[in-house]
Amino acid sequence: MAEFSLPKNSKIQPGKHYPAKGAKNPRTFRIYRWSPDDGQNPRIDTYEVDLAACGPMVLDALLKIKNEIDPTLTLRRSCREGICGSCAMNIDGTNTLACTRAIEECAKGDVKIYPLPHMPVVKDLVPDLTHFYAQFASIKPWLRTQSPAPADKERLQSPEDRKKLDGLYECILCACCSTSCPSYWWNGDKYLGPAILLQAYRWIVDTRDEDTGARLDDLEDPFKLYRCHTIMNCARTCPKGLNPAKAIAEIKKLIVERRSP
Amino acid sequence: MSAKDLRNPLKRALGLGSAQAGVGHWWTQRVTAAGLVLLGLWFVITVLGLLHADYATAKATVAKPWNAVLLIAFLVTAFWHAVLGLQVVVEDYVHTRWKEVSLLVAIKFLAVLGALASVLAVLRIALGA
Repeated sequence: MAEFSLPKNSKIQPGKHYPAKGAKNPRTFRIYRWSPDDGQNPRIDTYEVDLAACGPMVLDALLKIKNEIDPTLTLRRSCREGICGSCAMNIDGTNTLACTRAIEECAKGDVKIYPLPHMPVVKDLVPDLTHFYAQFASIKPWLRTQSPAPADKERLQSPEDRKKLDGLYECILCACCSTSCPSYWWNGDKYLGPAILLQAYRWIVDTRDEDTGARLDDLEDPFKLYRCHTIMNCARTCPKGLNPAKAIAEIKKLIVERRSP
Repeated sequence: MSAKDLRNPLKRALGLGSAQAGVGHWWTQRVTAAGLVLLGLWFVITVLGLLHADYATAKATVAKPWNAVLLIAFLVTAFWHAVLGLQVVVEDYVHTRWKEVSLLVAIKFLAVLGALASVLAVLRIALGA
């Protein structure tokens, strides 16, 4: 059955408290901690950060904690400008990028930070995205053609056709949407999830791609595609403001279009 | 994701490949839903028209040919749509394969029985048995 409660060894325990002494503008961060090495259950550590001496984004606070308070805190981050997707995590109840989420935007009270939901945890805020990436590889996300490449130029595309990729090409594969999707939680082993389906649609709708039929064949499956029940968490949570649910609906429409009603 | 698993993650993601099915289910669910909107509207109006009516009047209303046809259409569509919807629920939440298969088969059998019984009931009235 679907899992509605955490297994015993995943139940969260109270953790350590790191007060900020003499802080001018303290803000409390409650952060999920788990290490594979100590045999302990996960815990929530509480860190007080002086916002007077901290950058404006949640990532700034996390790095301040890691640099100045607790170097054992583990997280992924790279570009700090919302283009690499590394720092995707659940902040203040929503999957988003720590680098583009302002501390000020978080609800009043403590800022709660967890790893992306319903994924195996590697450590602290780092989820295991192996299967997510393998699912991405499974849709063969590259231009697939049958006609030979033009000898002396690129494969061209009209500006109108290029516009069809807007709202799709911006996806950075941060996995915020897929890990916010209940269908992906319950059936993520087979369901491709919003991020991968948006990427699949990005190639289906690309006018230079010549493998559209095979792409639709590969997706026409009760689990790979049709687990999407338009719950819309994906569109609500996407830190880039994209709408994976719409891309999925377009795939479903194309599959209907090529058959007799 | 066990560390002992030596299979490439891509092998797991590809699984058994696409079932090449699902669009029929998706389309039929929507067509039956649209049908139920119209038939449901007709059904509610008809039932409201029978408020305070006696048994004989109700029976006579069902026995009218068009009413009988629409009522049968409504019942069959409702059972059909219910099967498709329940199938999604079972597929979503029941992950033990034998339970999933047994439930899906049981739901279909029960729905067919229910539909047959309802159609027979309407026919008995309509044909005056």
